[in-house]
Amino acid sequence: MTAIRRTLAALSQYPSAVAGLAIIAAMVFFSIYTVIAIPYSEAVNLWRGGEGVWLENPRTAMPIWVNLFPGVNQPETIILGPAGETDVDSVRKTREIVSEEITDVITTFTFDFTADEFPQEISLFLRSEHEQKRPLVSLTWLTPDGREIRIADVTVEGPVTVRFSQEEKLERRLDGVRPEIGLFADPAASEDDPRPLKGTYQLVAAGLVFEDDADVDARLVVYGQVYGLAGTDHLRRDLTLALMWGMPVALAFGLMAAVGTSISTLIMAAIGVWFGGIVDATIQRITEVNLILPVLPILIMIGIFYSRSIWVMLGALIVLSVFSSGIKTSRAIFLQIKEDPYFEAARAYGAGNFRIIFLYLIPRIIPTLVPGFVVAIPSFVFVEATLAVLNLGDPLLPTWGKVLSDARVNDALYQGHYYWVLEPAALLLISGIGFAMVGFALDRVFNPRLREL
Amino acid sequence: MTDAALPLQPGAESGERQQTQSTLARVVHYTGLRMVALFVTVLIGVYLTILIANMGGHVDDIRRNYIREQVAISLGFDPDIKNMTAEERREHAEKLVALQEKRMGLDQPFLLRSFRFLLGAMTLNLGWADNMSSDSGSRQVRNIILERLPATILLFSTTFFLSFFVQLFVSLYLSRNYGSLIDRVIVALAPTSAAPSWFYGLFFILLFAALLGWFPFGGLVSAPPPDTTTGYALSVLNHMVLPVTATFLSSIFLGIYGSRTFFLIFSNADYVDMARAKGLPDRVIERRYILRPTMPTIVTGLALSIIGLWFGSIVLETIFNWPGLGRLFYLAANIFETAVIVGSTVIYAYLLGITVFFLDIVYALIDPRVKVGGNSGGQS
Repeated sequence: MTAIRRTLAALSQYPSAVAGLAIIAAMVFFSIYTVIAIPYSEAVNLWRGGEGVWLENPRTAMPIWVNLFPGVNQPETIILGPAGETDVDSVRKTREIVSEEITDVITTFTFDFTADEFPQEISLFLRSEHEQKRPLVSLTWLTPDGREIRIADVTVEGPVTVRFSQEEKLERRLDGVRPEIGLFADPAASEDDPRPLKGTYQLVAAGLVFEDDADVDARLVVYGQVYGLAGTDHLRRDLTLALMWGMPVALAFGLMAAVGTSISTLIMAAIGVWFGGIVDATIQRITEVNLILPVLPILIMIGIFYSRSIWVMLGALIVLSVFSSGIKTSRAIFLQIKEDPYFEAARAYGAGNFRIIFLYLIPRIIPTLVPGFVVAIPSFVFVEATLAVLNLGDPLLPTWGKVLSDARVNDALYQGHYYWVLEPAALLLISGIGFAMVGFALDRVFNPRLREL
Repeated sequence: MTDAALPLQPGAESGERQQTQSTLARVVHYTGLRMVALFVTVLIGVYLTILIANMGGHVDDIRRNYIREQVAISLGFDPDIKNMTAEERREHAEKLVALQEKRMGLDQPFLLRSFRFLLGAMTLNLGWADNMSSDSGSRQVRNIILERLPATILLFSTTFFLSFFVQLFVSLYLSRNYGSLIDRVIVALAPTSAAPSWFYGLFFILLFAALLGWFPFGGLVSAPPPDTTTGYALSVLNHMVLPVTATFLSSIFLGIYGSRTFFLIFSNADYVDMARAKGLPDRVIERRYILRPTMPTIVTGLALSIIGLWFGSIVLETIFNWPGLGRLFYLAANIFETAVIVGSTVIYAYLLGITVFFLDIVYALIDPRVKVGGNSGGQS
């Protein structure tokens, strides 16, 4: 314990190490929070659930905080209804018996629109309860300046979705302007540069039902251009989920890969040095072969031919780096300390070969390897991202690399969805730099001269 | 200062002129040995690749299914088939499949097949690709791969030489100005090398292609390609700027940090102090007293960094749409073009082998231990 405390005290001399430690601590804390708040199965279900799960999210919407920039005022998503779930002022539902057979069910949606940009899309989700005669709903749009625009008449059978952008008659009525623009456009503005009219809008869904018990429920979604803390992707998925879950995955993958590779390499080097002779020579030759083995292409092959699971990749990565070039570094140190007298003492009391290797040799050099180990963590995190960018990411888990890969495949940069690339990239970079800063400081604390190897 | 590394040679030879002949012989001997060793290494590496690629007969399955599909299609066009009964039809198909499998050598035991495949792989004689073709229209795997090689080599030799010389001179400069502001800035920037080159590539595309529009998003030349040779070269150069800078930036700070620390350790050695005390000029001290003993290690570090560079190329080329090996590999991977995947892996093994070999030669030229032929044999 004192050794750890002394190391921490030495590290506190380096401001960069303190910053790095803070980043790592925050990441660990946040990862634990994520795993508790969104359990694994739920995360996978949400991420792989398809568009149905995210029906009410806009597509490729920017994060909400872009509105904090001066001069940016993008609309948020407005979700109203069904009646009874939202407050009475914005959704009012009245029921009026017209005749013996006909009942009016009128739902009025009222909302304020104050953004400087047009919404992305408008959809109305209708659901009916009836036995035989299908209810008829006619939709009318009321603008702040008092215009009335007829949207469509719909017969409702079970759940029906009215996508305003797909109503061709409506578009014709709006002189060929797309409905999500035409319905909000300020008539005073020029046609080439339409501006939204701010104020209170209303949508009236006037339903006629023909049975006593029949009813129509409606839910209005005006998809905005911004959503949540992280925005959404092309499948309307909330990126917050992927960015949050990416952190424990990245930490676990980086940590396990770094532990696995450095420990296995260490054991190999120790075995080689301790037994010497043919064993050592064989390990050395295998290391040379391993140096020429194209690791990434082989990983890609494994991903293509066998499995894309992140854990299979992890295993393959560790196996491929058992004989990595790190063996040479450890070997040089082992060769030096092997001559120390206490090994002779150990042998004198009858310690076996493996007892000496695991209890005498390896513990001696672990401190010198800690810095390299810490620095290696982010590089493995980036290996995961690299595989994901090559379409070989884990098929289930949301990871930062997957987000980057989706963004790349959907030409995010070309189409100006910068947030989509910048958010996972920033997280990758921050975590990478956090570990690297701590590792570099540790390096200076532990072995000021070891770099020469 | 432009070629501090080169004057090593005359200086070294003048001291041992009478030994020149044997030095050359030793270097050749050493190089020959290394070449054989590396060839064997590449052979083993490629064999392992084949084993992995075909673990559990995966590749064979893919091929078998392909044969079955082909046979089924060809039977569809066969006029005789209509007169056969279902039983006869099935038998006929099985016979054709067996014939094809025999032709492809699939009926032989795996060990034999793997060696045959190894021979084919080493000579890049991997047969025809199913769904890919080279730009010139050939479907031979060898042509597809070799066509892409120059683009990759162009990109990576440029990056390599750029970062090697910048790293060498900047780290020498920093070791001379230890603790200065620029030194501290570069040391502070070293952790940024944790990110691979494609990662910087993404940012560069965002900044210089999408936002500023100074450079193209990717590709090798603009479309349509310029008619004149100069125009073509300029266009290629323009397309190279972003990928080269991305690779350069991703490795340079860590490289400088490493060799700077290394130079620092050596420039505090007693014999360097001695040389300073003698009043030798800084340049001579750098060349003869610092660079010379550190060169082999620097070169070794370089070998490792180049290997990293080759692998980074797969993603970098994909991101930048650079028509090289890496992108070919990516495309082949996405459509399960097994032959091209194995072929590209083999080429990567070759490239790594050749890289290590060239570095070995350089190593032999600059490492006095190789030149003198080890500790014992050097006196004869």
